[in-house]
Amino acid sequence: MKKATIQFNNTVYLKGTGTAVGPLEKEGPLGDYFDRDYKDNYCDEKNWEKAEQRLLNDAITISIVNSGLNNEDIDLILAGDLINQNVISNYVMRDFDTPFLGMYGACSTSMQTLLTASLLINSQVFTNIVAATSSHNATAERQFRYPTEYGGQKPKTMTYTVTGAGATVATSKRTSIKISSATIGRVIDSKQKNPNDMGGAMAPAASDTIIRHLNDLNIKPDYYDMIVTGDLSDVGSKVLLDIMKEEGYEIGRLHQDCGKLIYSDKQPVFAGGSGCACCAVVTYGYIKKLLEIDKISKVLVVATGALLNPMMMLQKETIPCIAHAVAFEKEVE
Amino acid sequence: MKKDYSGTINKNTAKPSYFRNCLVAFIVGGTIGVFGQGLSDLYIYLFNMARNDANSLMLVTIILLTALATGFGVFDSFGQFSGAGAFVPITGFANSMTSAALEGRSEGVTLGIGASMFKLAGSVIVFGVVSAYILGAIRFLFFQS
Repeated sequence: MKKATIQFNNTVYLKGTGTAVGPLEKEGPLGDYFDRDYKDNYCDEKNWEKAEQRLLNDAITISIVNSGLNNEDIDLILAGDLINQNVISNYVMRDFDTPFLGMYGACSTSMQTLLTASLLINSQVFTNIVAATSSHNATAERQFRYPTEYGGQKPKTMTYTVTGAGATVATSKRTSIKISSATIGRVIDSKQKNPNDMGGAMAPAASDTIIRHLNDLNIKPDYYDMIVTGDLSDVGSKVLLDIMKEEGYEIGRLHQDCGKLIYSDKQPVFAGGSGCACCAVVTYGYIKKLLEIDKISKVLVVATGALLNPMMMLQKETIPCIAHAVAFEKEVE
Repeated sequence: MKKDYSGTINKNTAKPSYFRNCLVAFIVGGTIGVFGQGLSDLYIYLFNMARNDANSLMLVTIILLTALATGFGVFDSFGQFSGAGAFVPITGFANSMTSAALEGRSEGVTLGIGASMFKLAGSVIVFGVVSAYILGAIRFLFFQS
């Protein structure tokens, strides 16, 4: 098989990031790392779709401000979300004059947009590109599951969609964090039919991308100080470590999962967080900070996505999954 | 080649705690039943009603209580705790309609609330009517008195 890992030889850097979250994410262990938060899930808006739009707008705006740039300096915005026809991103873009490409990769959208942005910057056509994504617990619940106040019992394997949005500016100008490489995922279907256990279904996609990344670059897992997956949660993380072990890679010490990092065990989130925003806010809020304060110097972020919709589940289809990886490295002075 | 990892996935998926769920459902469902019976008896005692009328009034009361609990955002936590205990009695039906109605609010009264109210409860009504029809036909054909 041909390689699907791209190495950016000091051509792409991470500039400012912006994150906006709901109350439950603010109360979580990473609460202090987020730029903006709202007291309730309505985010001062009339309905949840508008609330998610506000979160995404906030994240993009903050990322541009934190980069020390103006809207006119941005060449392109890449954004996506979970709601039908990518409407959240599409509607937010009404407020921007910037050229826009909407992208969908379910919960892998964060790294899908960032790796596309990196490729476009690497092509030397663009200088500054915003990669952004959002998800909202209530908009995702009503589209993929049940009404939010529905009282059916949820299983322990279920994940909880993160309310929030994350954005970052990728640039060709040198900063302290570079985007060193990226691996494009392929669709992996491990014959799972349970939409209440997406972590387990996505784990083989994550392991596939990680292994291809390591092989393509001919490196060992401990090249990285941390390998972070997007939203595998409790169940999926265990499955990932088991599969990696079967394939001869020991990554238990290196592995973290955004879905497990963002909430504490005491919060009512079942197996952990999920949704586009999960990987985005943790990477652009927390992981970036870890790089900045030299806690880690090389990290691989693997955003995982379950590419299903409720209609396909009712038709007894299995869940195809994908994972895209982006590697961040602290620039050596 | 893409490998099959379903074994590894199934091994790591925790089984639901059937015993705990059954026990809680039995206790909560039973308590709702006892409460309904008590309410019905109370209506007969207070208003000197016929049993049938008191039962209807009792059902309406429980539906109202469920709708209020759903609206105040407490029923989903109660449902998560009790499972079938809250789902099987009329509380489950009332909650499915109220929650769907609340959800539809942002799309307006007719095409939002009106159209989504029976989104979940609709199939219960359909199969309720169908099974009533079949059982009614069986009774008519074989057990006419």
